[in-house]
Amino acid sequence: MKILVCISHVPDTTSKINFKDNDTQFDTNGVQFIINPNDEFGLTRAMWFKEQQSATVDVITVGDVSVEPTLRKALAIGADKAFRVDMNPKDGFEVAKQLATIAQEEAYDLIIAGRESIDYNGGMVPGMLAELIGANFVNNCIKLTVEDNQISAEREIDGGKEILSTSFPLVIGGQKGLVEESDLRIPNMRGIMMARQKPLEVKEAIQTEVKTTTNKFEKPAPKGAITMVDKDNLDELIKLLHNEAKVI
Amino acid sequence: MSILIYAETQNGSFSKSAFELASYARALANEMDTSVTAVAVKPTDPKAIELYGVNKVLQVNNPSLTTFNAKSYAEVISQAAQASNSSVVLLSTSADSKFLAPLLAIKLKASYASNVVALPMSLDPFVVKRTVFTNKAYGMTELSGDRRLISLSKNAFGLVEQAVSAEVEVFEPSISESTQSVTGVDKASDKVTIADAEVVVSAGRGLKGPENWGMIETLAEVLGAATACSKPVSDMGWRSHGEHVGQTGKPVAANLYIAIGISGAIQHLAGINSSKVKVVINTDPEAPFFKAADYGVVGDAFEVVPALIEKLKVFKSQNS
Ligand SMILES: Cc1cc2nc3c(=O)[nH]c(=O)nc-3n(C[C@H](O)[C@H](O)[C@H](O)COP(=O)(O)OP(=O)(O)OC[C@H]3O[C@@H](n4cnc5c(N)ncnc54)[C@H](O)[C@@H]3O)c2cc1C
Ligand SMILES: Nc1ncnc2c1ncn2[C@@H]1O[C@H](COP(=O)(O)O)[C@@H](O)[C@H]1O
Repeated sequence: MKILVCISHVPDTTSKINFKDNDTQFDTNGVQFIINPNDEFGLTRAMWFKEQQSATVDVITVGDVSVEPTLRKALAIGADKAFRVDMNPKDGFEVAKQLATIAQEEAYDLIIAGRESIDYNGGMVPGMLAELIGANFVNNCIKLTVEDNQISAEREIDGGKEILSTSFPLVIGGQKGLVEESDLRIPNMRGIMMARQKPLEVKEAIQTEVKTTTNKFEKPAPKGAITMVDKDNLDELIKLLHNEAKVI
Repeated sequence: MSILIYAETQNGSFSKSAFELASYARALANEMDTSVTAVAVKPTDPKAIELYGVNKVLQVNNPSLTTFNAKSYAEVISQAAQASNSSVVLLSTSADSKFLAPLLAIKLKASYASNVVALPMSLDPFVVKRTVFTNKAYGMTELSGDRRLISLSKNAFGLVEQAVSAEVEVFEPSISESTQSVTGVDKASDKVTIADAEVVVSAGRGLKGPENWGMIETLAEVLGAATACSKPVSDMGWRSHGEHVGQTGKPVAANLYIAIGISGAIQHLAGINSSKVKVVINTDPEAPFFKAADYGVVGDAFEVVPALIEKLKVFKSQNS
């Protein structure tokens, strides 16, 4: 089984978000970058396929040279090989186009991406990629097993889950559930040393059309003051929610 | 020319998000001087949506659409967009719609923006406002080309009635064979889902253990609310993953979010930011959540929640 894990390089979840140049650009100053949490679950599931079912695992990020530490971390966790497509993507469509090119060259059976990236939250890349290369697609994937080419996947739906039978080539939009939080791995020294020797291939980007551009950002308006209610006066809370907030 | 919406149905009835999409589409159609078409799978009362300004309903009855299949549904909507000559296609942010949206964007060669929270800021260029960085900010996104796909965040626009008379037409798209199929569904049919809920009652590690969730369930029941939880609660297996809300869990865009025994970490707040009114119940007056909430009660959940349940029951009996 040949697996590709798509890794999005995103600000750490604790980051405060700021913009610069007149709110036209995200300010990366002082921001720590991490593997997108949804992708980390996917990568960890890929490691299971590698260890238990002899899969090969490549990782890929579309981005400039600043994403390389994130790819090295994925290699340290255990991926065999990394690709970086050298460009600054403007939107999910551009990313999907780049990924599709490599996916077709390398003919992967399974492509694991995340349900969404926590930066631009497009929730676009995996589905677009699947459609571009004519693969099956399971979004919000919370379980994936492959036995003798019988593939069973579960996806989260509103209020429950659905079980699907599908086939390769397959793209998933993964999330927590693929593995548990406690299964996530912190790279150890040996892994980090080995990652330095592993191949990280830089690919030239293909030309694509630009479908969307985001060049103005805004932060939510600051919150008004809170109204405190005494714990022995809960009737007051109900009154406020009914008359003032009008939500009950 | 028209604006097309995919109007989701549940057991044949339009979901609330379908009406919200119709309301949005109607307002946009008024600006663009065009009409609104809805495509729906097996609606039992297709004309119900005319109340929100839909001029035409394309009713699809293909038997193969009984269970949801993202690829097939994307084919249906794509063909409906061609048939209605729609330059703008609108979807909700339900799990199903988010699943099919990127497939549809490629089929239609459309530019696509998700999590849109308002009517376009301008039509030429076509710029929409959407949430980015998990509700920590907004981005203004320009959609180029002559076909645009937008998914509208839940509760961002609300319901606006503008009744018209809708024409209903049976629409028969061609659907290709699929190599993927649903083999089972596990869904509690009697519970309000976080996605649909107007009110969400959420609890955190302050509750001490899974055995204490009875009062949370009861409070939710009294309010007709969905239940949710913080990340550590689902990581420890006290509650199912499906209830985990926050930056790495589900987003909550409810009218009322009640947080009980949740400290208010930045990752939690990011996911619930777009809820309209937030109430916090916490023993610690210094809990960061109080800075992000509208109403706060400093107190022990094990006293406050049961008391609140009793008072709400009285309130409900007087106000129904
Ligand atoms: C990569 C990453 C992603 C994350 N994503 C998310 C996410 O999506 N969602 C999320 O929720 N968290 C997320 N977190 C975790 C987050 O940082 C916090 O650890 C978590 O939200 C804390 O959960 P909590 O408030 O339930 O628990 P705690 O922080 O332990 O807070 C418990 C609260 O309960 C109060 N309390 C105690 N006893 C009582 C009582 N009897 N009555 C009333 N109140 C009481 C305490 O005063 C305290 O404020 C993430 C963390 C990381 C590192
Ligand atoms: N620049 C990128 N390079 C590689 N994979 C990406 C990139 N951006 C997004 N992805 C993948 O697509 C998923 C969904 O991202 P998005 O569509 O941006 O929400 C992520 O979880 C990644 O798996």
